[in-house]
Amino acid sequence: MKTESRLEKILSSGKLAVTSECGPPRGALPEKVKEKAEMLRGCVDAVNVTDNQTAMVRMSSWAASVIIKQMGLDPVLQMVCRDRNRLAMQSDIIGAYSFGINTMLCLSGDHPKFGDHPMAANVYDLDSVQLIQTVKKMRDEGKFQGGADIAGPPKMFIGAAANPFADPFELRVMRLAKKVKAGVDFIQTQCIYNLDKFEKWMEGVCERGLDEKVHILAGITPMKTAAMARYMKNKVPGMDVPDDVVKRMEGVPKEKQAEEGVKIAVESIERLKTVKGVHGFHIMAIEWEQKVPEIVERAGLLPRPEV
Amino acid sequence: MITAEQKPMEEIIASVAPFNSILLVGCNECVTVCAAGGRKEVGLLASALQLHFFKQGKTLDIKEITLERQCDPEYVEELVNSVDRVDAVLSMACGCGVQTIAARYKEKLVFPAVNTKFMGASERQGVWSERCQGCGDCVLGITGGVCPIARCSKRLMNGPCGGSTRGKCEISQDVDCAWQLIWDRMKALGIEKRYEEVMEAKDWRTSRDGGPRKIVREDLAS
Repeated sequence: MKTESRLEKILSSGKLAVTSECGPPRGALPEKVKEKAEMLRGCVDAVNVTDNQTAMVRMSSWAASVIIKQMGLDPVLQMVCRDRNRLAMQSDIIGAYSFGINTMLCLSGDHPKFGDHPMAANVYDLDSVQLIQTVKKMRDEGKFQGGADIAGPPKMFIGAAANPFADPFELRVMRLAKKVKAGVDFIQTQCIYNLDKFEKWMEGVCERGLDEKVHILAGITPMKTAAMARYMKNKVPGMDVPDDVVKRMEGVPKEKQAEEGVKIAVESIERLKTVKGVHGFHIMAIEWEQKVPEIVERAGLLPRPEV
Repeated sequence: MITAEQKPMEEIIASVAPFNSILLVGCNECVTVCAAGGRKEVGLLASALQLHFFKQGKTLDIKEITLERQCDPEYVEELVNSVDRVDAVLSMACGCGVQTIAARYKEKLVFPAVNTKFMGASERQGVWSERCQGCGDCVLGITGGVCPIARCSKRLMNGPCGGSTRGKCEISQDVDCAWQLIWDRMKALGIEKRYEEVMEAKDWRTSRDGGPRKIVREDLAS
């Protein structure tokens, strides 16, 4: 074991892991964090805490992670390269680890253009691959990125994202290989709607033996409405929602679309369970956290293992 | 070259309105090429300003001059006589030119008439695009001749991010994904394998982050 991370323990035991996420509130509302996280208790192994997602200011990821940790749950500290330089990122990592947070996710982050501060400076001192290298160096060598020794190095289980649906497709396995080379331990993928394409990507991943070097958690986002399906298809960069998925959502009356979305999510999980290299699921129910327990149960992923 | 665009007319008018006479100074280098502040633009701006103030019943005396190179003290010295006879200077050069005038003529107000934009290249007639951020440690030799620092919206050294779609950047359909361009070049050159070499965290000291930069060539310095 590299860390004390519960997620690492579960993945190492060979059991399918389940993670979900909690987007912190846009204000000093700790009870909101608790409310969302409480819905996930018992049905996931770790809760991702997003870092100013969609480039909107929110409660900091590490602060919300501390709240979740104090509830006895296991947060995954998300960290984007957009908002901080390497000094701030490393100090936040040490700070978070000092509160027992031992799992994190290294991300590029959405461009500020998409958020509520499009006028903000765009940092990117490091990119996500270099952030992985940094966290690994802190953990394994006990050294800061700049080379100095750390007294009390943070032992983080290191995650990153992968989007098999972004272009160029032929590069997407190589990009994963690069993250593996940098030292990533687990991957959470972009939401999967085009299962054929995902499976093709996974074939490439397995061909190169990357599935033995990194744990891949397949990303699942249940759709609430047909409108959401259309929006994700047309408006979200790097998202691949096939026509038949949109049609399936449109094919049921409005009041039954949410149920159809959950059904699609559950069916996707069932199919992806059989894909070589898939070691778990990352269920991102955006502002719909209350559906996660039901999805996890219907997908046969309960009870969560004790480790 | 350094590219620039003329400031909005209202802003230029507001900066010169308090004065009776100004020296309008163009530059024969980059801003001439990108049609922002050369001899021709100096003439056009002078006419536009005179027309504006004439309509308001005021006369603004404008002396026009276009220097060979406004970022060079040798040429800026040519203004020595005319500067004394005006209330202020309006420069159509890039920020380097404006500052060279300000440094030489310490007691004269200098206003910029253009916004300096970026180091870029001409794509076609009338279109310029950013190509270089002057990071001070060129990586073009390992990125297939396409700069990820200047051309990736997130200056990712190990891109592309998950927002690359059909060759375009997530921020706009009008922006090419730099990493798609890098990948295309790597394929054309048969060096795809090089993509998997991780580019280490950059040392930004050679860039603006290390403080204002200077080049001293002992062999040339006087």
